[in-house]
Amino acid sequence: MAHLLRRATFGPTADEVDAAERAGPAATLDRLLTRPATDRGAAATPVPTLPPDPYAGLTKDSTREQRQQANAERRKQLQQVTEWWLDRMVAAEDGLTEKLLFFWHGHWATSAQKVKSARLMVGQLETLRRHGRGPLGPLVAAMVRDPALIVWLDGQKNTRKAPNENLARELMELFTLGIGAYSEADVKAGARALTGWVVDRRTGAVRFETKRHDPGEKSILGQSGRFDAEAYAGLLAAQPAAATFVAGRLWFRYAGTATPAPDGLAGADTIATVRALFSAPAFAQTRGTLVKQPVEWLVGALRQLGIRPSALPEQQRRQLLAGLNALDQVPLRPPSVGGWPAGSAWLTTSSLQARLRTAGVLAAATAPAVLARLTAAPTAGRPDALARLLVVDGWGARTRAALTPLAGEPRKLLAAGLVSPEYTVS
Amino acid sequence: MDTVTRRRFLLTSGVVGAGALAAGAGAYSLRDLLDTGGDRDPQSRTLVLVTLYGGNDGLNTVIPYGDPAYRAARPELAYPDGEVRRLDDDFGLNPALAGLHQRWSGGGLAIVRGVGYPKPDRSHFRSMDIWHTAQPDRPGNTGWLGRWLDRAGGDPRLAVSFEPALPPLLAGAVSAGAAVPVTDRKAAKGLPAATLTAFAAAEAGESAARGRAAACFADLRSVDEMIRQVRDSADPDTADPDGEQAPATATGGARTPLDAQLDLVAQCVEAGVSTRVFSVSLGGFDTHADEKQLQAVLLGQLDRALTGFADRMSRTEAGRKVVVAVYSEFGRRVRANASDGTDHGTASDVLLLGAGVRGGWHGAPPSLTDLDDGDLKYTTDFRDVYATLLERVLDTDPGPVLADWRGRVDKLF
Repeated sequence: MAHLLRRATFGPTADEVDAAERAGPAATLDRLLTRPATDRGAAATPVPTLPPDPYAGLTKDSTREQRQQANAERRKQLQQVTEWWLDRMVAAEDGLTEKLLFFWHGHWATSAQKVKSARLMVGQLETLRRHGRGPLGPLVAAMVRDPALIVWLDGQKNTRKAPNENLARELMELFTLGIGAYSEADVKAGARALTGWVVDRRTGAVRFETKRHDPGEKSILGQSGRFDAEAYAGLLAAQPAAATFVAGRLWFRYAGTATPAPDGLAGADTIATVRALFSAPAFAQTRGTLVKQPVEWLVGALRQLGIRPSALPEQQRRQLLAGLNALDQVPLRPPSVGGWPAGSAWLTTSSLQARLRTAGVLAAATAPAVLARLTAAPTAGRPDALARLLVVDGWGARTRAALTPLAGEPRKLLAAGLVSPEYTVS
Repeated sequence: MDTVTRRRFLLTSGVVGAGALAAGAGAYSLRDLLDTGGDRDPQSRTLVLVTLYGGNDGLNTVIPYGDPAYRAARPELAYPDGEVRRLDDDFGLNPALAGLHQRWSGGGLAIVRGVGYPKPDRSHFRSMDIWHTAQPDRPGNTGWLGRWLDRAGGDPRLAVSFEPALPPLLAGAVSAGAAVPVTDRKAAKGLPAATLTAFAAAEAGESAARGRAAACFADLRSVDEMIRQVRDSADPDTADPDGEQAPATATGGARTPLDAQLDLVAQCVEAGVSTRVFSVSLGGFDTHADEKQLQAVLLGQLDRALTGFADRMSRTEAGRKVVVAVYSEFGRRVRANASDGTDHGTASDVLLLGAGVRGGWHGAPPSLTDLDDGDLKYTTDFRDVYATLLERVLDTDPGPVLADWRGRVDKLF
């Protein structure tokens, strides 16, 4: 049960595991997959309302100072949104939906580094939230018209006169079909189908410009027609390869690579696929093999240690974000359109240093009530109390030997637990 | 670091082979370590591999300005004859490559033309996987230098990257190179050394990923020790992810400026560390639109970083044993797209400079008119370059690393 909760959400607390144990596996899975009628945590962390994009006020005649001012304002907005999202991940009660949103963000891997507008990034998150649990068709159709994605992959530069293939290629390779399920000719024809959509960088809105669109006949994946963006998106989403590919990506992130994805995971919508994934016998065998992504590691720890980022002093909040930066996974900033790496790529000497530092910040910020649960145990029992607190199934001899000498120093014990192989790899 | 200190460090570090731990095989003895990762042969060379992420447009790097087909294919994007930095009557360098042009004139720059692989893949990620693994048919999960590291004893200090995540090319089957952060120079660990040492032990029956997590603790100690002594003069980077030096594109690359990475390499080389391979990178070359200016900015960074590094290296005995190789996962289409950019293409150039490298042209230039679906046909297999580097720089038989690949780039050294 703890295994399911660890993977389905950002990191369960001991109390959540207890409640799930009482409810039983079937009821727990149902509860995880059903959106609750109310989510107090989400309600307490509403999406920030942002003022207009600071760039909207700029004209050709704006001065250098005005531009710098607008850039600084944009950075501030992005910082605000990043901090909000981190806080939401910690606060939300519907942990499955929040983690699924992060999955989709890494899947469509759009970075604020190029998009630069907080409003566009928030807009994309809202689109992913709206369609993330449902069937693929509406999701892909919405994403090919998502302004952040269009800016990210040069869609606005893609015109009838000479199509820009960037979006069409990544759409098939990384977002829907996977490599090998389409030809170079499909990329070229797909780019033509996507022509015509432009983003107004001032308002952040997308619009269709007929003049830029290529209305001609196209042949894509063996089908001919006058494909436009929507029809092309529909064609892709309807390919059996798309459902299989996306199910494989879900398996990759939720179950890892140590065990291959079983056949037949793909369901009618994403929630059905996720249900099949968690119900697969092979899923149970993946315990102890999945390297937590840094955001998963940090958000899980924040939840288990009773820390709300928004309640921290600014300096500590910045230290947490600096930690994610050093770990190379900052929300809204995937390194490339291929998304974040996985597995042992996160296990480097560099990332270990960042984890050690961040674990120190987390241990220092741990709520006194949570710390009291550790210190309530007799010194000899504290490694076990720590395992319960961090929802680790148990320590091996190596880690127990590392933890035992720290039992008298609860905050150091906490920090050591957070960097242990058992906690880092779930 | 002077020799005596380093020798003492090697004797006392108690390094444990990362790969052996990951495989659950237990620790090397100190004697094993000294036999494998031990003191560096002063004659041995060092390879610095520079990866340009995003697919650098080779035709606007080494420019075939003498070929009318070049200008015909990309009227807006082509450089006029007068701007090209002339190499000969047919080819010239991008105007941003002033320093490299100067090195060429002195015989210090080698250009291998038309480097690629059969059945080119135009996906960044697949193509980069292919370059990292040197397995074009089916990229596996080990990098070519990782496989070299496996055979060289597996000490992570032999193959170092100054990027936060380990580049796949340094991942071996049983060992992995070390990713060393440029930033965060303060140790600030907070946990006692004994705890970190305890975490480094192998645990029987543990998953490979947990074994690797434990091995990181062992690697950290050894690498920390080595790096701490050489990088104190490195510039601290800011923690602000918006502090961009170059325009962002969607295909990644290290965020640390290339010159800062090479500065660390220089310090390590001058200190005589045991590292034989350094991996550095520059990202942002995925220039589908408005390519000319973007590429010029990036090539300017590359030029300044490379020539500054090469000049510095020429001043010390250890530095004169360094070979630099620069590559990207593919070139770009011959024909421009309408956004004044180019889409993903195929074969491109590999640039080399440093110890024993014979300057001038290597390999045949691909034709601009005899194309494969709009793309250049490669003339030199990239494994020829790798095999030559393994043989001539790393003193290794390339056979076991490159699946018995026989090709070489003749007269490159």
